[in-house]
Amino acid sequence: MDVTFLLNGETVHVTGEAPTRTLLDWLRERRGLVGTKEGCNEGDCGACTVIVTDPQGAQALNACILFLPQLEGKAVRTVEGISGPDGALHPVQQAMIDHHGSQCGYCTPGFIASMACAHLNGATDHADQIAGNLCRCTGYAPILKAADAASTQPVPDWMEEPKLPDGREETTASEEAGVARPRSSDALARWYTDNPDATLVAGATDVGLWVTKSLRELAPIAFLNGCDDLKTIEATSTHWRVGAMVSITDLLALVREDYPTFTEMLRRYGSVQVRNAATIGGNIANGSPIGDSPPPLIALGATLHLRKGDTRRDVALEDFFLDYGKQDRAPGEFVEAITIPRGQPALRVYKLSKRFDQDISAVCGAFKLSVREGVIQEARIAFGGMAGTPKRATATEAALTGAPWSLDTITSAAEHMAEDYTPLSDMRASAPYRLRTAQNMLIRYFHDLSGSPVSVLEVAP
Amino acid sequence: MSVHKPLPHDTAPLHVTGSARYVDDIPTPANAVHLAFGLSTCAHGEIKNMDLSQVRAADGVIAVLTAADLPHHNDVSPTPLEVEPMLAEREVKYLGQPVFLVIAESHLQARKAAKIGQITYNEKPALLTIEDALAAGEIFEDAPRHYTKGDAESALTAAPKVIEGSMNIGGQEHFYLEGQAALALPQEGGDMVVHSSSQHPTEIQHKVAEAIGVPMHGVRVEVRRMGGGFGGKESQGNALACSCAVAAQLTGRPAKMRYDRDDDMVITGKRHDFRIDYKVGVTEEGRILGLAFEQYCRCGWSLDLSLPVADRAMLHADNAYHLEHVSIRSHRLRTNTQSNTAFRGFGGPQGMVGIERVLDHIAHAVGRDPLEVRRLNYYDAGSPQTTPYHMVVEDFVLDELTDALVVSADYTARRDAIAEWNAQNPLLKRGIALTPVKFGISFTLTHLNQAGALVHVYQDGSIHMNHGGTEMGQGLFQKVAQVAASRFGVTLDKVKITATDTGKVPNTSATAASSGSDLNGMAVKAACDTIRDRIAAFLAEEHQADPATVRFEAGRVLVGGADYSFEDAVHKAYMGRVSLSATGFYKTPKIVWDRIKGTGRPFFYFAYGAAVTEVVIDTLTGENRILRADILHDCGTSLNPALDIGQIEGGYVQGAGWLTMEELVWDDRGALRTHAPSTYKIPAAGDTPPIFNVALWDGANREDTIYRSKAVGEPPLMLGISALMALGDAVAACGDGTVYPALDAPATPERILWAIDRVQA
Repeated sequence: MDVTFLLNGETVHVTGEAPTRTLLDWLRERRGLVGTKEGCNEGDCGACTVIVTDPQGAQALNACILFLPQLEGKAVRTVEGISGPDGALHPVQQAMIDHHGSQCGYCTPGFIASMACAHLNGATDHADQIAGNLCRCTGYAPILKAADAASTQPVPDWMEEPKLPDGREETTASEEAGVARPRSSDALARWYTDNPDATLVAGATDVGLWVTKSLRELAPIAFLNGCDDLKTIEATSTHWRVGAMVSITDLLALVREDYPTFTEMLRRYGSVQVRNAATIGGNIANGSPIGDSPPPLIALGATLHLRKGDTRRDVALEDFFLDYGKQDRAPGEFVEAITIPRGQPALRVYKLSKRFDQDISAVCGAFKLSVREGVIQEARIAFGGMAGTPKRATATEAALTGAPWSLDTITSAAEHMAEDYTPLSDMRASAPYRLRTAQNMLIRYFHDLSGSPVSVLEVAP
Repeated sequence: MSVHKPLPHDTAPLHVTGSARYVDDIPTPANAVHLAFGLSTCAHGEIKNMDLSQVRAADGVIAVLTAADLPHHNDVSPTPLEVEPMLAEREVKYLGQPVFLVIAESHLQARKAAKIGQITYNEKPALLTIEDALAAGEIFEDAPRHYTKGDAESALTAAPKVIEGSMNIGGQEHFYLEGQAALALPQEGGDMVVHSSSQHPTEIQHKVAEAIGVPMHGVRVEVRRMGGGFGGKESQGNALACSCAVAAQLTGRPAKMRYDRDDDMVITGKRHDFRIDYKVGVTEEGRILGLAFEQYCRCGWSLDLSLPVADRAMLHADNAYHLEHVSIRSHRLRTNTQSNTAFRGFGGPQGMVGIERVLDHIAHAVGRDPLEVRRLNYYDAGSPQTTPYHMVVEDFVLDELTDALVVSADYTARRDAIAEWNAQNPLLKRGIALTPVKFGISFTLTHLNQAGALVHVYQDGSIHMNHGGTEMGQGLFQKVAQVAASRFGVTLDKVKITATDTGKVPNTSATAASSGSDLNGMAVKAACDTIRDRIAAFLAEEHQADPATVRFEAGRVLVGGADYSFEDAVHKAYMGRVSLSATGFYKTPKIVWDRIKGTGRPFFYFAYGAAVTEVVIDTLTGENRILRADILHDCGTSLNPALDIGQIEGGYVQGAGWLTMEELVWDDRGALRTHAPSTYKIPAAGDTPPIFNVALWDGANREDTIYRSKAVGEPPLMLGISALMALGDAVAACGDGTVYPALDAPATPERILWAIDRVQA
C-alpha cells in the first residue's frame, strides 16, 4: 500500500505500512516527529491533534484514529510545522507563552494545532474550537485568553500549503490484497459486492478504536475517503439529500438555519476533531443505540438510501434499526445517502450527558409535534439511549395525537414512555433516571415551544 | 530580583513548539524492547491455571515473565509496612491487577500479546464497596484511628439542637495527560539508568535497586518533566520502572513501558472515595458545640499511601472552624479494587468536604445564610485556639480574606438577585456559595520534610542548578531558578534548569504535599548562599572589606568600592582557587507530630483561600453549569504570581470536576467501567467558568519560608467545594426549605435530579 501526502510542506510517499497504521504512530515511530502526543489513543483528548488540509480547506483531526490511507492527496501539518522555518513562533504559540497557557505542556502541541487551525479558518468560538482538547492543569482560562489574543494576528505565510499532490488513479483491484481505496460509489459498490464481509472506513472515529483499543485486524477493508460523489449535498426547498460521506461538520452547517437545536446537538455530538472526521453515513450505519443523529432524523422522517451493486432501495430511517447491533442492511449493501425533510420548525433535540461537550449521550431525545387549532395532529418522538436501537415513542405519540396542546396532555402522555422503553442502567445513567428524563424532556418541549428558557447553556452569567 | 515576577513557565517555548521531551519522546536505541502487563480478569481469586503459551508464541514476543520468574524482589509498595507484588503471586486481589509481563519487539506487539493469556481462577467473594469491607471487617491497621479534643459526646448530649447526616464522596481519576511511562538503559557492570515519569525519583531508584538486586548506587534515575502528576505519579510509576529494569537486565537491551490509557486507568489507584457520617450539636444560631465524624475510606487492595491519606482527611476535618469538642474516627477499608493513592490534597479534600457539608447542613437547619454560619464558626484569630489535633492556629487570615472576597464578588447582592431570579424561573434555578480553605503545609511523615540541592557556578559565570524536586507542570523549576538568580543577583538566563537526577541530589522526598518550592527553594538558597559567601569572602579579603558588605545585585558584585560584573567576580574567584560548587540542605523547623495519638504540630503553617461559585441547574434533568467563580487565595508573598494563579485556576477546575462531572463507576464484578476519557469526563474548555476572577491575597507568610511565600499546589483544589455547595443551594431553591438536599458527590445530573425529588417530596 502506498500513500502520498504533504507533511509539513514536504511531499512524502509512504510505502510498506499496514493500512491501519495510524498517523500518530507513524509520525512518532517512523518520522521521529514526537511533538504530537498520545494521550488516550481513542480521539477523546486531542493531544494528537494535527491540521489536515484538502481542497475544501484545513481541518483539525485526531492523528491517533486516522489511518494513513485517509491522507491520500492531503496535507498534514504537525506542531513541528506550525512554527516558521526560521523558528519564528506562530501567533497562537506566542500567545500561549504570554498568557501562561501551558503547565505540564503535554497537551499543548494538540492545543496549538487546534488553535492554529481555528486561527487559520478565522473561527473565534474558542471554547468550542478546543472542546476536543483536554487539559488537566490549567482549567483552560489562560488558553481561552491566548486564543482570543491571537485571533487578531495575521496568519503567517508559512501556514499556506503548497499545491496538494494529485490524487491516486482509480484502483479497486488494490496493490494489496483485501484493501480497497475506491474513487467513486460505483467502484465501491462493485468491490463491496465481491467483499461483503469487509469493513468500510469512513471517518474512522469508531473503526479507529477497533484497531487502537480492541487490537483487531481489519481485512478486507475499504477506505471511502476517495469517494467524492458520496460527499455531495443536494438541496431543494423541501429536502436535503446528504451523501453518506458528508462530515458532521458539514451537516451541522447545513441544518444550522432550519434546525437550531439539532445544530446545537451536533455541536455537542463530538469535538471539532471528531465532527471533522465523523460522517453521517457512519453514524447511521454502525447502528449504535446511542448514535446521536438518528433520533432527530427519525423525528423528521428521514429516508435512507441503500445500495448494493447497482440495486438501490429506500428505507425509512426508523425501520433501518432492527435490534441491538442489527440493521436492515444486506451483506454488501451500504448507505449511499439520506434524505432529510426541511422546514419543520417544531423540531427540538435534547442531548443529556455528564459533560456538555464531547460526551456520549445518556439520553438523546428528538420531538416534533404538529399542532393545529390547539390540537396535536401528529407526534414524532424518537430517543437514543433508551433501547437497543434508536427508537420512536409510539405509545406516547398515540397518547398525544388528537389531544389538546396543553401541559396536562403532555404530562399524562409522558407516562406512556414507560410502555415505550425499558432502558438499561450503565456508567452513564441508571434506568430510572433515563426514563424519568425522557419523560421530562417532553415536558421541557412544551415549555420550550411556549417560549420559556429551558437550557442552562443559555443562561447568561 | 527575579523572585516575585510573573514570569512564564521556563519550558513554555518548548511546550508550544512540541520540543519538550517526555519519557516516550526520548530518542531510544533501535534495539529497545517494549513491555505490557497481562491483567487479571477477576476481582478476587486464586490463580488456578496460567497458560501463557499463546502469549509466548505471539508475534514479536521475546519473553514472558510471571512472579516466579522475577530475579529479586517482587515488591513495588511505597511503604515498608507491606509488600505489594508487582506481579500477582497465586492470588489476584483486584480486576486489572498485573499478572504477567510481556517483553516484545514493539509496543503494539506487547499490547496484543498481553491480551491473550489464558488464566483461570478459583474466584472468591470480592469486597467492592465501603459497606462490603465494613461488613467483612477488612480494615488496615489494628483499629480505626481516633483523634479527639474536648468531650464530643457530652457536648452533643447537652446541645439544644443536634443534626445528623451521611455523605458519599466519590473518588477521582488523575487523568494526567501523559500516561505512566518508564525507560531503562542498561549500563556497564550491571548498573541501570532509568527515565521515569515520576514525582519520586528516589523511590524509583530504591525499588529498581531491589528489583534488580543491586545497591541504590547502581541505579541512577532521571526525571526532566512529567506530563502531569497530581499525586498519581508518587508511587504508581514503580511497577513500570521495575519492569523495565528487570527486562533490561534480562535482555541486555533498553526497555520501555508505557501504559495505554485504558490500562492506566484500570491498573492504577485513584483518589480515595469516602463515606462521612456526622453528628453535630449546635446552638440555635448555628454555633458548633460538639461534633463527631466517622470517616470511612476505601483504600483498595493494598496499603500504598492510604494511611497518611486517611490521616490527612482527619487533619482537615476542621477546615476553617474551631471545634471545641470533637471526635474524628477514621476507618481504612481494604477492598478488591485499585489501590487508591495520592491525589492533590491527599485526603484533605475529602475531610474538608465533610466539614463543609456539616456547615451547610447546619445553616439549613437553623435557617440562616450558610456564609453567616461559616463565619460564626471560623477560628478566632485573636485568641489561641487549637485544632482537633491540638495545634495552635497562629496565622488565621480568613476573616479579612472573606471580607474582601464578599465585596469583590458582590456576594450579598448576588444572593438576593438569585432569589429573585429563581422566583421567576420554574424550570431553571441558580445557587451560590462561598467556602473557605485552610490547608496544612508539611508532610505529615515528619522525616520527609527535608530537601537537597546542588549548584555549580562555572568559570564563565553561568549557573547549573539542581535539586530534588520534580517538574510536573507546576512551575517548580522556574520558581526555584528565580530564587537562585535572586541569590546571585543575576538575570534568570544565567541559571540552567536541569533534570532531577538521583546521582546529583540523593535521598529526595517525593514532590508532593505542595512542598516543592518550600523545601527545594530553601535548599537551593542554601547552596547558592554558600557559594556566594565564598566569593564574597574571597573578594572582601582582596579589597580589605567586611564580607557582609559585599552585594550581589543587577548582575554586578559590589565590594569595598569596586564593582565587578558577576562573570568577572566568578572568574576571579576561580583563579583564586575558590570552590564554586556547593550542596544545600533544608529541613522544615518547628514540626512535631504523633500520628497515633493525633497530637502535635504536623504543619509548619496553613495556606488559606476562599471561593464564591454561582451555578444554574435544570430541574427537569439535573443538568448544571458553573456561571461564575470568584477566588481570593493566599500564596504568602508569591514567588511568581503568574504561576500561582495558574495553580489556583487549574486547582479550582480540577476540584469542581471531582465534585460534579467526574464519576468512577465499577460494575458488580469489580470492573471499572469508566476506564477512558470516552466514559470518564474531566472538565473541558466549555466547563471553565465564563466569569472567572482570581486574585492573590496580599500578605507575607508569618513563618520564615522561602521569600515568605506559601505553598500552592494542593490548597486551591478545595476551592472547588464551593461549586458543590452552590449546587446544593440551587437544589434547595426547588423546594419549600423543609428538606435538606443532602447532595452526594460527584453531583452528576442524575444525583441532582434525585436531590430535587427529595426536596420536593
